[in-house]
Amino acid sequence: MTLTRDEVRHVAMLARLGLEPGEEDFYAEQLSAILAHIDRLREVDTDAIEPTAQVVQVGSRLREDLPEPSLPQERALTNAPETKDGFFVVKAIQESEP
Amino acid sequence: MIGMEVHAQLSTRSKMFCGCTTDYIGAPPNSTVCEVCLGMPGVLPVANARAVEQVVRTALALECEISRHTKFDRKNYFYPDLPKGYQISQYDMPMARSGRLSLGDREIRITRVHLEEDTGRLLHAGDALETASESLVDLNRSGMPLMEIVSEPDLRSAEEARDYAVELRGILRAVGASEADMEKGQLRAEANVSVRPRGSQELGVKTELKNINSFRALYRAVAYEIERQVRELEGGGRVVQETRGWSESEQRTFSQRSKEFAQDYRYFPEPDLPPLELRPDWVAQLRASLPELPGELRGRLAEQYALSKFDVEQLSQESATARLFEQTVAAGAPPKQAANWIIGNAPTLDAQRLAELIGLVVAGTINREQGVRVLEEAQASGRAPGEVVREQGLAQVSDEAQLGLVVEQVIAENPRAAADFRSGKQQALGALLARVKEATGGSANMRLAAQLLRHRLIQ
Ligand SMILES: [Zn+2]
Repeated sequence: MTLTRDEVRHVAMLARLGLEPGEEDFYAEQLSAILAHIDRLREVDTDAIEPTAQVVQVGSRLREDLPEPSLPQERALTNAPETKDGFFVVKAIQESEP
Repeated sequence: MIGMEVHAQLSTRSKMFCGCTTDYIGAPPNSTVCEVCLGMPGVLPVANARAVEQVVRTALALECEISRHTKFDRKNYFYPDLPKGYQISQYDMPMARSGRLSLGDREIRITRVHLEEDTGRLLHAGDALETASESLVDLNRSGMPLMEIVSEPDLRSAEEARDYAVELRGILRAVGASEADMEKGQLRAEANVSVRPRGSQELGVKTELKNINSFRALYRAVAYEIERQVRELEGGGRVVQETRGWSESEQRTFSQRSKEFAQDYRYFPEPDLPPLELRPDWVAQLRASLPELPGELRGRLAEQYALSKFDVEQLSQESATARLFEQTVAAGAPPKQAANWIIGNAPTLDAQRLAELIGLVVAGTINREQGVRVLEEAQASGRAPGEVVREQGLAQVSDEAQLGLVVEQVIAENPRAAADFRSGKQQALGALLARVKEATGGSANMRLAAQLLRHRLIQ
């Protein structure tokens, strides 16, 4: 399976990665090689095996509904590049309005 | 055709995957957060048992099939209110499927019920969104347990869409899964709306309505959108599949750009959470412990107390109201009277006192108008209605037979005044009335007493 340039651009966009012009081909080749490697797994006969989402069978591990202390606000905000009045600040998110 | 996606915040004490409190409304921003719900690297989520239980209880109330095996998945997208870059949700193995919700004689199919986590909240700094250069992020809501309930497109009108959401709220409150207050964002409804020519079996292109903050907004948004789509199609245009927001100020829907340019969430199983097994014996226990549901309550109220449909609807909207009604009847009030008083006056008295008040009106001790005054006074002062009636001298002898005896006695004891009245002296009636008042200790219904006096004297 070989990825097209468009697919590479789409994946890069989803992952919010900036690509320089010409890099599409470079990554198309690399990612295709990874997929080819995964494809080898298809050679294994899995007809008799149930699909599984997890390899560690620990079963249902739940916690009791008990509140515990949260972080102080200053600590929660420690690593933020920008804060204001206790909020994290990010670039404006615009959605079209009437 | 309308399908609904309803999100309900679950009533737990701690968040979905961490121990942070769920009591975040009014808390300072970013003060009910920890490493887990902030999405810091290296932390591990652990699912809240109570949240799982509440989803199962809700799903049982909606007559769903509960999945024995279920798991969590990551829904990947970037947005500043989602610190991890993915939301833990459920994709192909939801906790429950194939349920139904009854609306009168209509049955709305429930597609699925699943469990996920809530996102944080974005505030737009400044005033107008267009001019704001920054957004503020509060992650207190991040990681709140959230249940999503998806219906099939079985709803046919704006009324039905609203009724569905109202009924769902009633069920959520009855099972104790969510406080489901729309204004507090504990219940969020999204409607998928499409129209098609009458008789056509083909589904039209649907739009998804968001930003709906009340049942009234839900009704209006769906009604507006149906009209807009019909107008679009009849004008030779077409409906575009898109997300549309409801504008409360303009009372219309408007096109919203999607969160993601492409709706490509790349779901995959959440590696940090083990799959869940919902054991049938445990599910059976939960089923057995379900409380009376709104539909059952309505049926019972109608049957047991012979109430009208209107009364039943009014009384069953809040479980506290229904409880007050039943207790008031148990304390001796006639059902119809109890219903009228509770629906008409929203009393805050306890059932015992309310029954006492209703008893006073039903017995004719006081009339309805006086009753309302006594109710207000009893509520304000905390005194019993009977006490209020005595203190304010409101009690009146309105019983015709009882008052008739007094009137006859007064006439017999005052032959002179009686003769004066018969000979045309109207003022003699005043003297006789004064005697009646005296004889009853001031409690006679004076209008009735005057009527009775005239009647007996003219005979
Ligand atoms: Zn937390």
